[in-house]
Amino acid sequence: MKELLLGNEAVARGLYEAGVTVVSSYPGTPSTEITETAAKYNEIYCEWAPNEKVAMETASGASFGGARSFCAMKHVGLNVAADPLFTMSYIGVNGGMVAAVADDPSMHSSQNEQDSRHYAIAAKLPMLEPSDSAECRDFTKLAYSLSEQFDTPVLLRLTTRISHSRSIVELEERENYEQKPYVKCPQKNVMLPAFAKPKHVKVEERTKKLIEWAETSPINRIEDNGSRIGVIAAGSVYQYAREALGDTVSYLKIGMINPLPVELIKKFASMVDKVYVIEELDDIIETHCRKHGVSVIGKEIFPLCGEFSQNTIRQCMGVALPESSKVEAEIPARPPVMCCGCPHRGLFYVLKKLKLYVSGDIGCYTLGASAPLSAMDTSICMGASVSALHGYNKAVGPDAEKKSVAVIGDSTFIHSGITSLIDIAYNKSNSVVIILDNSITGMTGHQQNPTTGYTIKGDPTAAVNLESLCHAVGIPNVRVCDPYNLKEMEKTVREELASDGASVIISRRPCALLKYVKHNPPLRVDPNKCIGCKACFGIACPAISLRDGKAEIDRTQCVGCGVCEGLCPKQAIGSEQEVAEK
Amino acid sequence: MSNVKSILIVGVGGQGTLLASRLLGGAMMDEGYDVKVSEVHGMSQRGGSVETYVRYGDKVYSPLISLGEADVLLAFEQLEAARYLPYLKKGGHIVVNTQKMDPMPVVAGNAQYPQGLLDKMSEQGANVLAIDALSLAEQAGSAKAVNVVLIGALAKRLGTDKEIWLRTIEKTVPPKFIEMNKKAFELGYNAE
Repeated sequence: MKELLLGNEAVARGLYEAGVTVVSSYPGTPSTEITETAAKYNEIYCEWAPNEKVAMETASGASFGGARSFCAMKHVGLNVAADPLFTMSYIGVNGGMVAAVADDPSMHSSQNEQDSRHYAIAAKLPMLEPSDSAECRDFTKLAYSLSEQFDTPVLLRLTTRISHSRSIVELEERENYEQKPYVKCPQKNVMLPAFAKPKHVKVEERTKKLIEWAETSPINRIEDNGSRIGVIAAGSVYQYAREALGDTVSYLKIGMINPLPVELIKKFASMVDKVYVIEELDDIIETHCRKHGVSVIGKEIFPLCGEFSQNTIRQCMGVALPESSKVEAEIPARPPVMCCGCPHRGLFYVLKKLKLYVSGDIGCYTLGASAPLSAMDTSICMGASVSALHGYNKAVGPDAEKKSVAVIGDSTFIHSGITSLIDIAYNKSNSVVIILDNSITGMTGHQQNPTTGYTIKGDPTAAVNLESLCHAVGIPNVRVCDPYNLKEMEKTVREELASDGASVIISRRPCALLKYVKHNPPLRVDPNKCIGCKACFGIACPAISLRDGKAEIDRTQCVGCGVCEGLCPKQAIGSEQEVAEK
Repeated sequence: MSNVKSILIVGVGGQGTLLASRLLGGAMMDEGYDVKVSEVHGMSQRGGSVETYVRYGDKVYSPLISLGEADVLLAFEQLEAARYLPYLKKGGHIVVNTQKMDPMPVVAGNAQYPQGLLDKMSEQGANVLAIDALSLAEQAGSAKAVNVVLIGALAKRLGTDKEIWLRTIEKTVPPKFIEMNKKAFELGYNAE
């Protein structure tokens, strides 16, 4: 049967067909749908882990136990999981183990555009890179046979365009994978120095064998079009090159990014006069070619930054671009905004009003940095808001502690904010941390997490009690506040900034997009009372706009959260009935 | 490659452009074409400008549409149509919903929503079909059928067989909504 699958769905299909039984991941765009789709197969045990390191260690343990196991993450998630990754490279596998990592060139939904291929080289692991959904499924299955044949975890590298593009996949049956028995073997599985030293030697031998495999594997293939010009490319870039250059050049299509073949590349170079290496982000293939004496053209004409397209290749190689036109008008930007009824809005309004230094984190609430809320000073990575606030306060001194806060979402706090909070308690900074508890992992599209009380499959489970947890690590002041209540929120923040000892404020209100959240009827503005002062614009609600000098609320968007009501100096905003009665 | 058709679907996050692209992609796969659909997830879904690419033909390589490559621009909102005009081929078709949605800079009073966009797009040589998809959807029975109205209008411009679409609707829509959606499709198909 043929299906039009997302690259991510095709990877999940590959897991199913390969007989995988254990999957553990942390959500991250653009990798999330792999695990969400895998969870729909009853044959696969599937979970959301608190973070990527935990996920990879869970997959490692499952491999020790003899199962085919898997974990998925976005590129920056692999930074978190790098610790187990490097040592699992030495240990190898019992049941096959694969980790998928999804890069985000052009940073559609990320804070950097690091190139994960460096990890494969650094950890000395094989890495496959599919170029459409059919290959996503095929390479996932191939990764398991390679993993077991060469005794190694295998990395599957995806990019946004592969993960989030649909193409046709012919479905196959699930393989009846026989789980391997566990056999105790400390020399293989306990990485003490004495055992690790001989394992490093084995890793180097393994790489040599993998290079031999890469020389003849059909996933690294020459497409000879009889041209004097050759192009080496992998992944989505191969598709862009085919689109831009067609059969006017010959291709070496690379399916295994690490280790790269040597003889095959030399053979390809000997068939043509000129070789172009076209790759997004860093010059990995190009550097490999040069190291082996193959002269190529690469980053001197192709960019290091951003996602490519067929036009990038046309432009860099001097091929005519299609004609294009544009309208004679200024087109205002349409940046993403916090949704109507978003509980973060009220909190950020208060933080801005109090003119605080806000140490930020990763999630929907990073949008709090945008105008007009503009209530964020820094944002680095998952969990950094809490530890960076601690460092800031230690540097600037006790006065700073009265004017600074950290903001971190519930899922991000579980991911890597807890250890940072311990740092605040243990090392005595009088910091104020605000946990934005919206009862879900929002940014990546509503995944359950350890605070929600539900598993990935929707089964009820234990939920972390944030108040108890904060008390337990040594935070004396823990408060809970509703961010729709601006007055109460402002009072709470002021009090905790003034108080002695570290504080956690839990800003608690479920995400307005959750299905179970009941909305109030839409509010409206009484045009006779509105003086057009724009006070209600301060919360940047997309439902409020200015028509003929007066504020107007879009009925189709407003969810009646009431945050704007409290801002109006003339009490011009209210429910339909209130406005009629006033 | 010359027989590959490229459809760029644009709108505002939350308007349901993803569903339209899946409907289109599914119908073309059933017709026996090679199909690629590229979607946007994550950050830009939050009320931002969103674009989805659908390409079909004998063999499709790139899932992306570059500047000047789209045969048809299907826009759920006027400003978004104008924003993505550079992706349209010279003399290509635009099917645009006349609905206007103010982006945050306009809401905040820092920018103006440009006037006369439909004419400005025509001036550039585009074949513009502007339809009030919201009214037609309401006429069909539900404001939520804006999607299907626009797909109907698109189907005619693509010169595809109407029957494929009606079959796809029957396959994808819950039984009690089939008649309403077929009506919405017809209203879009016949919109001039």
